[in-house]
Amino acid sequence: MTDTRVDSSSTGVEVGAGVEAEGGVGAGHGALVPPRPVIQIVPLKGLPVVAVILGFLVASIGFNWQWGLDFNHVAGGGLWTGIDLFVGLVVGPILGRLSIPARAEFSARFMPMMVLVMPTLVAMTLASGFQLALDLGNLKASSPNHAWLMVSFVVVGIMAVIALGILEPANIAVLFEMRKPRPNGEVIGKLMKRFIYTAGITGLMQVATLVIMTRVASR
Amino acid sequence: MSVPSPTAPAGATSQQRFAPVAGIAAASLVLAVVGGIYMASYAPRRPPLAVPVFLAGAGGVLLAVNVVMLARTRGLAWDKFFLVGRWALLSYVIAAGLIEFAFVRDHTRGGPLVVLTAMLVLFAVNVPLIISFTVARYQSARGDAA
Repeated sequence: MTDTRVDSSSTGVEVGAGVEAEGGVGAGHGALVPPRPVIQIVPLKGLPVVAVILGFLVASIGFNWQWGLDFNHVAGGGLWTGIDLFVGLVVGPILGRLSIPARAEFSARFMPMMVLVMPTLVAMTLASGFQLALDLGNLKASSPNHAWLMVSFVVVGIMAVIALGILEPANIAVLFEMRKPRPNGEVIGKLMKRFIYTAGITGLMQVATLVIMTRVASR
Repeated sequence: MSVPSPTAPAGATSQQRFAPVAGIAAASLVLAVVGGIYMASYAPRRPPLAVPVFLAGAGGVLLAVNVVMLARTRGLAWDKFFLVGRWALLSYVIAAGLIEFAFVRDHTRGGPLVVLTAMLVLFAVNVPLIISFTVARYQSARGDAA
């Protein structure tokens, strides 16, 4: 069991991070504890933003709008790659060394954002990328970029299976676990480890994507 | 003053063993993704359909096996399974619809469109299945009670 000492300067009391306000484990120790953050698995306020972005994506594809396709692919891909690398290679290792309550506190605020942000960025990047490849003729077997794009399909396919089959389920399962009155640290630790390792793998695969895309763009 | 962790004591919650529903769904998803990549690699030409049909069929068989195994599962938190499953399904049906729209927009017709639709169905069903099963297995009655 991990002892936690958090000095809350705003309230001037010592609190156990994330300890239940009523009848929590710390209650018997006479500690004043803050209310646990209410975890919203899907941040509803973000849904209109996602709807606008997806509407823009559909319009760009539907009207074959060159600037829209470029914007979706470059902005979506840049952010997707950047966030994947940052989470997998910077945040992940740091998170892995934190105590379970600290991880839980961080995850409670970080994971719900990822539930909306990552699928939106992936949809922007892939849908516009395929359309651009068709429009620019890069998918034709005679194109010098054809082989590179096939490799990119394989890389994206592997990343998609990892993200959809491991990363996202682990993310949502952690959020559900943290909504329990008594979250199970063992389960959270196990799922977070899975999240961090797979984010690291997809981060490394993003490096491959960077190489491929810069090769394609420079031909 | 130090206070104990809010989390349950380590080792207090050995999870119940469930059938490998998430693993089989992931395998079915892999077949759909491989088939999709194979077909996309021929764009804008019409792809040969033998390999994609085989992959979609194998993915469908795995999905059917999974549904049977899932129906025989005991002790799963079914309320959470259906709660997560229906929203995830809605989300991935929209995603699959967007992909279908892109291919129809690019004049994919006939046999390739049918096979592609089958693969999108596999995608739209398997991903929510993996997500909802993963959530429900850790919310199972035995997991809570332990």
